[in-house]
Amino acid sequence: MISPKLVEVGRHLNVNIITNSEIKTVDGEPGNFTVTLVNHPRYIDPVKCTGCGECARHCPVTAVNRYNKGLDDRRAAFIEYPQAVPLAFGIDTDTCIGCGLCENMCVAKAIQYDDTERESTITVGSIILASGSQGYDPSKLDFLGYGKSPNVVTSEEFERILSASGPYRGHLCRPLDREEPKKIAWLQCVGSRDTNKCGNGYCSSVCCMYAVKEAMIAKEHAHCDLDCAIFNMDIRTFGKDYEKYYLRAKDKDGVRFIKSRVHTVTEIPETGDLTVRFVNEAGEILEETFSMVVLSVGLQVPETSKLLAQQLGIELDQYSFVQTNPFTPVSTSREGVYTCGVFQGPKDIPGSITEASAAACAAGSDLSAARGTDTKVIVMPDQQDVAAETPRIGVFVCNCGINIGGVVNVPEVADYAATLPYVAYTDQNLFTCSQDTQDKIKEKIIEHKLNRVVVASCSPKTHEQMFMETLEACGLNRYLFEMANIRNQNSWIHSKTPAIATQKAKDLVRMAVARSATLKQLKEKVISVNKQALVIGGGVAGMNAALGLGKQGFHVALIEKNNTLGGFSRMLHHTIEGGDIQVYLNDLILEVTGHENIEVITAANVTDFSGYKGNFTTTVVFGPENEKRTIKHGIIIVATGAREYTPTEYCFNQDPRVMTQVQLGDVLEEKGAAELASVVMIQCVGSRNAENVNCSRICCQNAVKNALIIKKQNPETNVYVLYRDIRTYGLMEDFYKEARNLGVIFIRFDSDNPPQVVPGADGMQVFVKDHILQRNLEIEADLVVLSAGMVAEDTTDLCGIMKFNRNPEGYFIEAHVKLRPVDMPGDGIFLCGTAHGPKLITETISQAQAAASRATTFLSKSEIKLSAITAQVDTEHCVKCLTCVRSCPFSVPVFNTEKQVIEIDEAICHGCGICAGVCPRETIQLNYYENDQILCKIEALLAGGM
Amino acid sequence: MRLDYPANIKIIRVPCTGKVDLMYLLAAIQKGADGVYVVGCLEGSCHYKQGNFKARQRVEQARKLLEEVGLEGDRVRMYNLSSGEGPTFAAYAKEMTEHIKALGPNPLKKWAKV
Repeated sequence: MISPKLVEVGRHLNVNIITNSEIKTVDGEPGNFTVTLVNHPRYIDPVKCTGCGECARHCPVTAVNRYNKGLDDRRAAFIEYPQAVPLAFGIDTDTCIGCGLCENMCVAKAIQYDDTERESTITVGSIILASGSQGYDPSKLDFLGYGKSPNVVTSEEFERILSASGPYRGHLCRPLDREEPKKIAWLQCVGSRDTNKCGNGYCSSVCCMYAVKEAMIAKEHAHCDLDCAIFNMDIRTFGKDYEKYYLRAKDKDGVRFIKSRVHTVTEIPETGDLTVRFVNEAGEILEETFSMVVLSVGLQVPETSKLLAQQLGIELDQYSFVQTNPFTPVSTSREGVYTCGVFQGPKDIPGSITEASAAACAAGSDLSAARGTDTKVIVMPDQQDVAAETPRIGVFVCNCGINIGGVVNVPEVADYAATLPYVAYTDQNLFTCSQDTQDKIKEKIIEHKLNRVVVASCSPKTHEQMFMETLEACGLNRYLFEMANIRNQNSWIHSKTPAIATQKAKDLVRMAVARSATLKQLKEKVISVNKQALVIGGGVAGMNAALGLGKQGFHVALIEKNNTLGGFSRMLHHTIEGGDIQVYLNDLILEVTGHENIEVITAANVTDFSGYKGNFTTTVVFGPENEKRTIKHGIIIVATGAREYTPTEYCFNQDPRVMTQVQLGDVLEEKGAAELASVVMIQCVGSRNAENVNCSRICCQNAVKNALIIKKQNPETNVYVLYRDIRTYGLMEDFYKEARNLGVIFIRFDSDNPPQVVPGADGMQVFVKDHILQRNLEIEADLVVLSAGMVAEDTTDLCGIMKFNRNPEGYFIEAHVKLRPVDMPGDGIFLCGTAHGPKLITETISQAQAAASRATTFLSKSEIKLSAITAQVDTEHCVKCLTCVRSCPFSVPVFNTEKQVIEIDEAICHGCGICAGVCPRETIQLNYYENDQILCKIEALLAGGM
Repeated sequence: MRLDYPANIKIIRVPCTGKVDLMYLLAAIQKGADGVYVVGCLEGSCHYKQGNFKARQRVEQARKLLEEVGLEGDRVRMYNLSSGEGPTFAAYAKEMTEHIKALGPNPLKKWAKV
């Protein structure tokens, strides 16, 4: 998944990658830093190295492969992994014996034994620290047996075991005897949520989800019915749609979840199996034997990052994460220096990518005046005209590690492809998307004079653009390319039936080859980009997105359906860290309304929408007089937000003593906790149930926040939190701990046995079964506070007009959950805040900055290339029946009365092909999807029989 | 999501179901496909506004024409779902396959082969 990103960065002209280097000093000021780097020797010149690997093949020295976590060996001349960027080998001088074999073998003459450490300086305007994390080393926790028992591995090691490029080539084996395990246990919170043994009090945020994922993949890889058990304190699947994945693992795939922190892991010497000793919720001591134990190790900041922070004068928190403010989540204590990813705090991939874009926005805002002054431009080679040539098709079949190769017989498919008409060359690759394969494809196109390319691999949605660029880079028109999706549509779904999957792969390749022979060269139209932005929604997300763009010099129209700005945050008082939300909000509103580049339009509703990336037109009706306004803009940021769920449970709306956390916030703000003797909070109201399967992410911390306020104001108040899993992820775990220390009582309940709330004359009575005491409890409460989940704002009307995709819960769908978390599927449309899914105010701010950053990638260009996939009219054969004029949903085809012809403007054509479908004489063809380009696929498919 | 669905389903990509010509549906049956179905966005949420309605019209047309020549019109179907509904996609694929299996092989297949 990371390969396309690596390739994109590797091939980007304005990203200068300096590897094997460390920062020595940073001098200067924001806008003009001088960074002195120490460049460590690589001993192989990365410019000359072609990545052929001959040096490693001939190297006689064995070294421990750190990339595979020491589970296998590599050579002293090595590359960490096949998709590495830059694809250049290096020599590990700790093990190299200097025999000179690699130097003799290297045709490129890239070996430099005399390479030395150097110093270099670069001048930059802003700095972003993204030095990441390392897994916790559990060898200190001797009771877990790590380091002593070979079949106890860390989750990082297990990731490598499952990987196709890992030590066992993706076969599920345990290290001791390479036997396939029958039972695996995952132990959660190793190096997290543990102040006693390791000092890491925080929750690492990602381990629950990766443990579930590892269990699911292990089950998939296993030949037997693998038994997977995850020992946990709380399962924290709080991300967007993560709960659904957890439930699938638990209910459908039979992964066992055991609420316990394991006491000891002991090896059985005869078998290498492991006995796990633990206490269940009823207090019984139990033992269970597993063939393998995986320690779900937490994330922590590496020592080198701490040193880096010291050199830069950046403040770190008690756990060595970068100290940030809840309202400026990517700014460090040093001006002009920003941070993102796990160095900022524990988080998952979508969170890291979002924050990375946010940091780019912050860094870019500082430098907007100098935009475009120090950049390079891509010059593609002139395109060769191959229209008159007979098709010469190159077919590249991808193994995708073992994603495809583990199921489909790839060599057989490649051989089969060679027998198909017009195929001039076939090959198979481990990863077709890797940088070295791109270079190989270019080489083969030139060597074999290929004029069509078919890649049989994964989804065109993620990879088509990259391959098309590869074609362009060797002078071939990008539309002479076709993909066969033999992974997502084949090996992933038919993994249990390899023979059938191989046959289907052949069918898909045959279809793709047939189509590729019919493809034509197409020319893209270049259009100008309107530099104005439209932001929909004036809450914290929308305002931050608008500011992010405004500060970079782009004009923004910010539309809000209510009369005032602020959105849901108007109802909130403090963040869990103590940040004053109302003060922040008022400052933010002042900054937005006072910004010269931002125009705020309140009481506004969208009534009409048209256009395409770079040139949208939106009509809004606004104000008390229902004035109409048409806005022309180049991009859209959607920030329509979410609100608190209105409960129907637990006598809400029937008894004034039952309220939501937000309402409790108001009560505490106005009256304080002095009069409260007992408060019961109930979690997961309107979340994690049949109506709303997902976790609302914010409610656990909300309960802890309010519980702490009560306890600090009035330590005598009894506060009970009835929960299913406490999900105070990341650094918020400290507040959960503080709440327990202050005497807040947390009682877990099962979803099939929820608490009962009965209104009484003197107080509310709450009945709940305590799992630890194994007793039914009756609690008297002055207030019952419901931790109501979040629900997306109703955007039915807006989506009816603007055609945005939403999931069944009403949240907008991003283009790619992990790689493009703030892009919408439509080009030029971005997404942030709770409109994307429930999240905290801090997360909302960084996501809003991320959306602004992504939008800047459009707005900073003065022109963009449009798709060439548009409709063309053959005016000579057209009978002017006007069916297309009547049928086009965007009124693009027009009848030119002067010339007496139908005209289709390719700049506004959406490329849907509806006109081509209705044209009775087939005089309209949609480029790249001409009738024969689709029919040939049907023919090719059925030629093989069905 | 890697949801399992029958391997006899092969997907042909079109930019919008509005691009699906009546000719494509009939050609598939004529050349021996046992069934064809069009999967479009939910009605009312077509990215191109009306594409899936056009597709439904053509599916209806194809069904009628097949009936007229003595074939089962129900070999051609239209399904609607949103891009976020992987499990529904797999469920429809299974449903269609089972349905076609019940109908039996396309009688045109023996001529298509010749």
